[in-house]
Amino acid sequence: MRKRTDPSRPRPSEITPAARYYNRREIVAGLLAAGLVGSNWPDAHAAPGTLKFTRNTELSLKEKPNSFEDITTYNNFYEFGTEKSDPAERSGRFRPKPWTVTVSGEAEKTGTFAVDDLLRPHALEERIYRLRCVEAWSMVVPWVGLPLGDLLKRFQPTSRAKYVAFKTVMRPAEMPGQRFPVLDWPYVEGLRIDEAMHPLTLFVVGIYGRELPNQNGAPLRLVVPWKYGFKGIKSIVGIHFTERMPPTSWNLSAPREYGFYANVNPAVDHPRWSQASERRIGASLFAAKQPTLPFNGYAEQVGALYRGMDLRKFY
Amino acid sequence: MATSAAPASPRRPATRRFRFDKPVAFLVLALPLLWLAGRTLSVGGLSLGPNPVEALLHGLGSWGLRLLLITLCVRPAAVLLRQPRLMRLRRMVGLWAFSYLVLHFTTWLVLDRELDFGSIVPDIAKRPFITVGFTAFLLLIPLAVTSTDRWMRRLGRRWHTLHRAIYVAALLGCLHFLWLVKADWREPAIYLALYAVLMGWRWQKRPSRASRPAAAAAVSVRAVQPDS
Repeated sequence: MRKRTDPSRPRPSEITPAARYYNRREIVAGLLAAGLVGSNWPDAHAAPGTLKFTRNTELSLKEKPNSFEDITTYNNFYEFGTEKSDPAERSGRFRPKPWTVTVSGEAEKTGTFAVDDLLRPHALEERIYRLRCVEAWSMVVPWVGLPLGDLLKRFQPTSRAKYVAFKTVMRPAEMPGQRFPVLDWPYVEGLRIDEAMHPLTLFVVGIYGRELPNQNGAPLRLVVPWKYGFKGIKSIVGIHFTERMPPTSWNLSAPREYGFYANVNPAVDHPRWSQASERRIGASLFAAKQPTLPFNGYAEQVGALYRGMDLRKFY
Repeated sequence: MATSAAPASPRRPATRRFRFDKPVAFLVLALPLLWLAGRTLSVGGLSLGPNPVEALLHGLGSWGLRLLLITLCVRPAAVLLRQPRLMRLRRMVGLWAFSYLVLHFTTWLVLDRELDFGSIVPDIAKRPFITVGFTAFLLLIPLAVTSTDRWMRRLGRRWHTLHRAIYVAALLGCLHFLWLVKADWREPAIYLALYAVLMGWRWQKRPSRASRPAAAAAVSVRAVQPDS
């Protein structure tokens, strides 16, 4: 069996159960009240790898998030291999620090920025979104990040910036999946500028209150909750403002199966399987699938972006 | 000559000593199923992981296809290694392949598609990877049914003609896998390459036109001496 232990990956025993995680303030408050810990107890946020954020309940689902274990062991991140378990098992050598992002194209302020400089002016927030994969499964993830639009505005895109293109890092030495051209590396993705500026679109730096693990796209990734998961490009090193619709990796690989828009749509099947329902990750063997919602449940918020478009044609 | 692959050992009196090859082969072929069963029942901390239906479906399907190809390896192996006794094991490998595929199909029907025949039937018709997988499965049913000694005797030389359907089923099985994957075609490509090699060997070993009647006669003789 190919099973490598990844030192950067927490053991199951080290993972705080979700229920306790969400009660941590109450737990600490209880301990304080009981006089068991002093008020100089270090803030949980100061521990390494943990993030300071506020919870955005308004934009969060009420559903129970998947376990940290599910979210970090069942991943599509072909840069580390095409098995769902590969990213967790084969991303140990990846170094997300230090990290820079190069901003280019139709914007006033372009250049190469250190990730800390990119993030410093922004307050992080947690949002619980459902990730709907194009493979007809879904999981619920407590992401930590900031609205992508808030970041993009700082680069002052020009009126010619109709689209934003993103690029994943190219590091075959650290990303074994990049040594074979399963896709045309590096991975590229893109959004229309109004999609990128939409308040639901998240520039993500963490899950479950900690920095993103390598297998989830460290240190920076995109999350567009009304689109299939493959739009959520990981380990971003390039942001490019452009007038033309940029190429996207899965569309290049199989244009009949993966479009530029990739909006979650139960009415438009993938050519090889139905998109009408989805399997929830972490459910039991006998759990029923659940119906897939148009725009993954955000039809009200984002439907207007696609008014007048034939969604069968622009899949 | 294809006939050289026949289990040519002369009939022996009832075996005096116990042979281990069949029980050992049986256990080895059962191992992937035991492993999947252990993971399904959470034995000793094993599990099917975050997507149990997919793990079970793909585990059973992969092993069914692998064993189908191993079934096709038995005759070349028996000939090339000069181990005619290997042929004694072929039926068992084929039936294990079929068993994995029955479970694969059942898992798909019950756990993956939740017996929703309103969508299952159109899917079989309109999704090519399902069409070929389902066809392969149907083709294997008569082969499993006629795998007994009685059916071999009853069908005579027609038994061999019928069982060539495995050549089609294995190819369809490989295509089923190839057309299922999203971008990484490496594993199905390995299976297709193995299939091509195995079929190429058979093509090269096919009886020449002149010797065909003799070969057919030899085959029918072999058919009444199953598993000797």
